[in-house]
Amino acid sequence: MNVSRHVLSVTVRDQPGVLLRIAGLFARRGYNIESLSVAQTERPGLSRTTFVVTGEDTTVEQVTKQLQKLIDVLTVVDHSNSAYVGRELMLIKVAVRTPDDRVEIRQIAQDFRARIVDVAREALTFEVTGDEGKLGAFINQMRPFGIVELVRTGMVALERTEQERGRAKAA
Amino acid sequence: MKGSEVVMKMLERHGVEVVFGHPGGAIMPVYDALYDSSVKHVLVRHEQAGAHMADAYYRASGKVGVCFATSGPGATNLVTGLATAHMDSSAVVAITGNVATGLIGTDAFQEADVYGITSAVTKHNYLVKDVADLPRVITEAFHIAATGRPGPVLVDVPKDVQLADYDGPLEAEVDLPGYRPTYVGNARQIERAAEAILGAKRPVMIVGGGGQAAPDEVVAFAEHTGIPVITTLMGIGAYPPGRDNALGMPGMHGTVTANRAITHCDLILGAGLRFDDRVTGKISRFAPNATVVHIDIDPAEITKLVKAHVPVVGDLRDVLPRLRALLPRLDVAPWREQLAGWKAKYPERYKTDKPLVSQEVLEMLRRAAGECIVTTEVGQHQMFAARLFPTTKPRSFITSGGLGTMGFGLPAAIGAAFARPGEPVVCVAGDGSVQMNVQELATLAKHRLPVVIAILNNGMLGMVRQWQELFHAQRYSEVYLADSNPDFAKLAAAYGIEGHNVFDREHAARVIPEALAKGEPVLLNFLVYEAEKVWPMVPAGAGVDEMIIGDQEPDAFETHAEREEVPA
Repeated sequence: MNVSRHVLSVTVRDQPGVLLRIAGLFARRGYNIESLSVAQTERPGLSRTTFVVTGEDTTVEQVTKQLQKLIDVLTVVDHSNSAYVGRELMLIKVAVRTPDDRVEIRQIAQDFRARIVDVAREALTFEVTGDEGKLGAFINQMRPFGIVELVRTGMVALERTEQERGRAKAA
Repeated sequence: MKGSEVVMKMLERHGVEVVFGHPGGAIMPVYDALYDSSVKHVLVRHEQAGAHMADAYYRASGKVGVCFATSGPGATNLVTGLATAHMDSSAVVAITGNVATGLIGTDAFQEADVYGITSAVTKHNYLVKDVADLPRVITEAFHIAATGRPGPVLVDVPKDVQLADYDGPLEAEVDLPGYRPTYVGNARQIERAAEAILGAKRPVMIVGGGGQAAPDEVVAFAEHTGIPVITTLMGIGAYPPGRDNALGMPGMHGTVTANRAITHCDLILGAGLRFDDRVTGKISRFAPNATVVHIDIDPAEITKLVKAHVPVVGDLRDVLPRLRALLPRLDVAPWREQLAGWKAKYPERYKTDKPLVSQEVLEMLRRAAGECIVTTEVGQHQMFAARLFPTTKPRSFITSGGLGTMGFGLPAAIGAAFARPGEPVVCVAGDGSVQMNVQELATLAKHRLPVVIAILNNGMLGMVRQWQELFHAQRYSEVYLADSNPDFAKLAAAYGIEGHNVFDREHAARVIPEALAKGEPVLLNFLVYEAEKVWPMVPAGAGVDEMIIGDQEPDAFETHAEREEVPA
C-alpha cells in the first residue's frame, strides 16, 4: 500500500452548510485532514477549499470520489498528480529575553524573509509565507528562543500552468 | 399564495399522488394547504413508518416517494427511514416543518438541527430560509432524488417561510452545476469490458439493486450471452429466478452455487451493485481468480471495496445493450455444466420434522400468491424469503438490504400497496421485527389494503439467536420473546384486522390461500420451530469459500418431498 501526502483543491458553491457536509464526510468515513483552508475565489458564489490529507492512494481516491458526489462540490483536483504551487501563511510570536536575542532573531527572520508585524518588549511577531519546509525550518530556528504561540492557515495551492511546467522542465 | 401552498402546488406539479406523513406544530400551515389539495395523504402513526412507506412507494413504482413530518421529534423520527432509503438508493423527498427562522438556534420548543442531523443520511438536504427559494428547492429536490444514483432528499421549511406570502412563478430552473450524473458509458471502457468477457472461460454476472431499474436490459443481456446470473438481495426480481442460468443470491446466506461460482469464476460482471460486505465476505478471499468488470452509475462505488479491472461508469440501460451488441453467445458450456451440477446437488433443503417450519410456510405462500409484491422485515425470515419466496418481477421484492432496518417491512407493505393498487402484497415478518412499527396496523386497517402479514413467529430474535448458538457458546443473551409476545391474532383483531394463529402445516395450507383471496388485510401468525438456522452461512469475517453448508448438505436429510423448483 502506497501511503503519501495529497493536496486537494475543492471548488464549492457558497451554500450554508457546505463545510458541514465536507467535514462530516471526512469524519464519518474516517479520513484524516491535516489542514484545511477555505476562502472565496475570483468567481462570485464559489469558494475554494484546500485540503492536505495523508493516506493510502486508494483511500485518497475514495475521498476524491466521495467529495465529488456532494451536490455543492463543483470540482476536485488532486495536485499530487501534477505540478503545483503550495503556500502557507504563519503568524508566530517569539519570546525576546535579551537584547542579543533580539538581534539574532531579527537576523534569522531576515534570512527567511519573514516580516515583523508586531513589536513588543518581550516578544516579536512575524508573518512568514512559504511551503511547509520553510515554515518548519523557521519554527526550528525560533524554538531555542521560545515560541510564545503560533498559528498557520493551512496550505493553499494552485496548479502550475502548462507553460510554467515547460519552463521548469527546461531549467 | 403562502409558502405552504407553494409546497403543495410544487408537489402537484411533480405529479405526487400520495404523501405519507404525520402533522405537528411546525408543519401545520402545510397541512392546512393540504386540506385544499388534490394530493392524497396517508396518516401514519409514527414518522419513521412514513419514511419507509415513501421509500417502498418508490421501490415498487419508480416514482419518487414523499413524506411529511413536523420539526424536532417528528423529523428525528424520520432519520432511520432516510438512512434506510439512503443505503438502498431509494428516491424519497421528505418535507419537514421547522421552528420559525428567528427561533432557529435558540433551542426552541420542538427544535432540532434537522439539516445537520440528516446531512449524513440523505443524498442532499436543504434548509429553506426564503419563500422565494421554495419552487427551485423543491424542483431540485425531486431532480436530485430521482436522477443518477437515486436517494433521499430532505427539505426543511421553517414555519414563517410556510406562512410567508409569495407571488412569483412556480416554474423553476434546476441550478446544480456540481451535479452531473453520468448515464452514457465510455465507449472504450465498454469495448474493454467486452474483450474481458470474451476472454473468460468462467464468467458470472452479479446484478444488484441497480438492476431493478433495468430489468429488460439485464434479461436481454443474459439471454443473449448465456452468462450465469447471480442476483443480490437488492437485485431479486431483476432477473427471474428459476431460469437455468439463475444462480440465486450470493454472500453470507447465499446459495452454495452462487458462492462457489464467485470463488471459481474467472470474470465477474458486476452490474449496479456496490459489493456490500454481506455479499463479498472477506475481500481478500472474494473471487480470487476473477477479472472484475464493474458497471455502476456511481463512480465512488467502483474500486471502493473490490478492485475493478474494467470500470464502466454509466446507467445499465445504456451500458448493457451496448455491451451486448459487442458480444456473441458465450461459449462457456463446461462452466455452465459445473454450475448446473452444484445447483442439482444443493437445492433448497430443510427439515420438516416439526409441526411447522419457516421455509415451508414461505413455499406455501409463494405457490399460493403467484405474482405479488413481497416486503420483509429483517432477520432469519428475510433470508428465508430471499431464497424461498423471491419474486419473478422487478421492483417487487422490497427489503432493507443495506441498513437492515427492523420495522421496515410492515410500513413498506403499505407504501408498496399504494404504489401498485390492486396487487397483492405479502409482508414476511418476524415476531421481533414486526413489533418495531406494529402501530401501522392502524394505517393498514384504515385503508383496507390487500396486505397479508405473515409473521414467522419463533418466539425469538432468531438471527441473533443463531449467531449466539454458533459463535457465542449458546449463551442466549436477550433473544427470548415468546413469554411476552402479544397474541398476534388478537392484536390484529384489536385494530379491526382479521388475524389467525397458525400452529401446524395443515392449518397453514388451509389459511394461506383463504387469506390471499380476501383482498384486504389479514395477519397470519405462524408458530414455527424456534431453533431453525439459515444455511448456508458465511461466518462474519470469513471468505465466501469458507461457508458452512449445514442443512444444505445433500446427506443432511432427505429433501422435503413436496418441494419444487422456484417457478420461472
